[in-house]
Amino acid sequence: MRINVTVNGRQYSSDVEPRMLLVHYLRDVLGLTGTHIGCETGVCGACTVLLNGEAVKSCMLFAVQVDGQEITTIEGISQDGQLHPVQQGFWEKHGLQCGYCTPGMILASIQLLKRNPNPTEEEIRHALVGNLCRCTGYQQIVEAVQWAAQKMRGEI
Amino acid sequence: MPKLVGQSFKRVEDPRLITGEGQYVDDIQLPRMCYAAILRSPYPHARIKNIDTSKAEKREGVVAVITGKDILGKINPLPCAARPVPELKMPTHYALAVNKVYFVGHPIAVVVAEDRYIARDALDLIEVDYEPLPPVADPEQALRSDAPIIHEDLGTNLAFEWKIEGGDVDAAFAQAEVVVKQEFVNQRLIPVPMEPRCVVAQWDAGKQILTLWTSTQIPHLVRSLISGMLNLPETHLRVIAPDVGGGFGQKLQVYVEEALMGYLAMKLDRPVKWTETRRENFMASIHGRDQVGVMELALKRDGTILGLRYDVIADMGAYYQLLTPAIPTLTGLMLCGSYKIPAVRMTKKAVFTNKMSTDAYRGAGRPEATFLLERMMDLAAKELGIDPAEIRRKNFIQPDEFPYTTPHGITYDSGNYEAALNRALELAEYSRWRKEQEEARKQGRYIGIGISSYVEICGMGPSKAMPAGGWESATVRIEPSGKVVVLTGAHPHGQGEETSFTQIVVEELGVNPEDVMVIHGDTEAVQYGIGIFGSRGLAVGGTAVYMAAQKVKEKARKVAAFLLGVEENEVEQVDGNFISKSDPSKSVTLLQVANAAYDPKNYPTDMEPGLVATAFYEPSNFTFPSGTHVCVCEVDIETGEVKILKYVAVDDCGKVVNPMLVEGQIIGGIVQAFGQAMMERCFYDENGQLITGELTDYPIPKAHNSPKITVERIETPSPVNPLGAKGVGEAGTIGATPAFINAVCDALEPLGVKHIDMPLTPANVWKAIKQAKGS
Ligand code: FES
Ligand code: FES
Repeated sequence: MRINVTVNGRQYSSDVEPRMLLVHYLRDVLGLTGTHIGCETGVCGACTVLLNGEAVKSCMLFAVQVDGQEITTIEGISQDGQLHPVQQGFWEKHGLQCGYCTPGMILASIQLLKRNPNPTEEEIRHALVGNLCRCTGYQQIVEAVQWAAQKMRGEI
Repeated sequence: MPKLVGQSFKRVEDPRLITGEGQYVDDIQLPRMCYAAILRSPYPHARIKNIDTSKAEKREGVVAVITGKDILGKINPLPCAARPVPELKMPTHYALAVNKVYFVGHPIAVVVAEDRYIARDALDLIEVDYEPLPPVADPEQALRSDAPIIHEDLGTNLAFEWKIEGGDVDAAFAQAEVVVKQEFVNQRLIPVPMEPRCVVAQWDAGKQILTLWTSTQIPHLVRSLISGMLNLPETHLRVIAPDVGGGFGQKLQVYVEEALMGYLAMKLDRPVKWTETRRENFMASIHGRDQVGVMELALKRDGTILGLRYDVIADMGAYYQLLTPAIPTLTGLMLCGSYKIPAVRMTKKAVFTNKMSTDAYRGAGRPEATFLLERMMDLAAKELGIDPAEIRRKNFIQPDEFPYTTPHGITYDSGNYEAALNRALELAEYSRWRKEQEEARKQGRYIGIGISSYVEICGMGPSKAMPAGGWESATVRIEPSGKVVVLTGAHPHGQGEETSFTQIVVEELGVNPEDVMVIHGDTEAVQYGIGIFGSRGLAVGGTAVYMAAQKVKEKARKVAAFLLGVEENEVEQVDGNFISKSDPSKSVTLLQVANAAYDPKNYPTDMEPGLVATAFYEPSNFTFPSGTHVCVCEVDIETGEVKILKYVAVDDCGKVVNPMLVEGQIIGGIVQAFGQAMMERCFYDENGQLITGELTDYPIPKAHNSPKITVERIETPSPVNPLGAKGVGEAGTIGATPAFINAVCDALEPLGVKHIDMPLTPANVWKAIKQAKGS
């Protein structure tokens, strides 16, 4: 089936099998391998991307379902070589170790901060419940998101 | 140049990882690449009567199908590196099952297809005729005389027996005024790195070189073992471990899939990729822990420990992986913990069952030891009516007693156990919580405080005490432009050694951090190395980098002396410059030295051109990080739910290169231990079926239910290496489990609960309360 998708601001038109998962489309067809796969069952959040600005798990969608829509992946969030504040926060606060969960974590955090620019620790922890990290124990991820929130509010 | 060692320097690996530009194995795409999928046994124990692959082979898009019979004599069995006793029973571990399957997930056949969907489809077309056999899931049952024998050629399910002893244990127990005894289960766990395993293999028919990209902690050891399995000269196999998405021991392995993909790439002359599904990761990548044993502690009434014995059965699973038999022996080495215990004995039976192999999972053998001993300390304290902090203090090895040798011959390097305990109690507000606990109890609320004072054996290790070499290698190469390349055998997978090694080199050579490039994980680029596990990255790998930097600096000093026209001992290094001591106006930069070394005009004849040095560091001993953790919790006795109110960790990992990285390791490790303590259990039913086969059935800590940790450090440098570093990768996982369990058991003491086996799920806690009330 032919689909037309905008990914990170670029238009793509591709022929895909109806059963191809969105995550495989992004990784294997478009070569955007920053979106990772940790389970393929919607549990780990490693495959999180933004669909029309909303965080979704790209292993739970078929590529054909996003025809005509807009996707943002980790590769598309820095502007003109300038890191997104959430990316900066993860770097500043040691919010990652192996980095495998990180793209998904960052996109889920961006979504959170869009809804709630000043989240409490509790709110951050609840917002990230769909994203698993086995390395960090989450504490520095929470600090990273807090740092980004401050930055986005212009306080740092 | 500001000092970098000791600073929380931001990680150099992060820019690529936060932008999605990291490269994990599954990100590799090669022209003409095909995809493999693996058919795995649904039975824990069965005879394979027939395999019919014809339908799968005919499926459009299928490139090849292979079974165990096809590769007999072509892929040699997978070796195991550990042999704790010579009479150990060694099952033959073929890459694919030949006549029998031994566990759920046992690989039977591989399909290679044009895309991953077709490969998975074709698995359904393979017809296997199984004759199910009675399985043995329980290790105690495996030892019964009527138990089915798993490896018929070995004639027994007893893999080996092992014993370690020091001091007069029987006399200690004869003299004891009190003996405390408890049965403990260290449950089976699944490591769950977020990146499942993945292998890409490519055959260069021209050069006859096989390249294997694999998600591993130990690329060189993979090369050694896989070249043996494939009968390839080691020089014709290149192993690359690019970014690795967490290991935790699960990737401290050589796996049959690595040999299979290598074989297929050569046979088909096409690149082949295999990506493990999460379900496969749960079934067929190594598990951890799985010990059931009884511990006894002999004491005087005043709390002085006289002796300790531990009798245990350790579940090996169906086969050995790389280090399987060695893991429970590490428990034995650390049984004395932080205490002066004059007599100790461990007896162990290692057993085969119809399950996936156990092996090194973060902490590997030492979390078991800490858990047992620190639970015993609390049980003894309660029995004797002594405060749990006091009984620990009473038995601690004192700071002036290092190096301290345990009765079974382990020599601890350095430490100050009481200082860590005191600081942890202070930070946790121990006395205040004791009062609060008393008040709460009056109101029918159950608060508990748990202490764990641990010591671990790390910086693995002296080669004579390791299954393979225990050294590490590094090359420091200053290029003609003055830029520095570091080639390290210590290939990290999340710990951040690209950063800490950069810090070491910057400190030693006075260059800018941007001028240092750390390269690892490629056997063609890097001299033979061992890898990262056993908290050895910095203590062993970092030391090798430090030594290579020293060597190259010596060479640079020689060149500088020549350029300055002074004697070598006249040259002083200040930051990146070399200065004449007697005439400080005379100086050359490192860049000038590098230029001269690579363009050696008028060079002294006895001096080699170039500016590069390699060091192999062989540690003289292990290192022994230590610390005390304190957990405060409240238990809801109606629901069995446990709420962590406070968690304090005071750790001593020796000297620190990057405090931020250390903190990350400690917190991550503690939360992983929290997983074992509170929620994780890899569960096979009595029929050998893996019940916890997906992330939905095997919960790991999430952001909302992970405790918040207060971290502090004390520092006693290790005398073992020049960095004074002890290692920190496993500290949290080793130190923390008993703190959680001690806290919960302390909370429930008034109800008569003595001990609860991990994990302390609400259901398990509730059951324990109910049982205690009933009795
Ligand atoms: S890969 Fe999509 S949620 Fe795990
Ligand atoms: S950083 Fe490794 S899984 Fe999150």
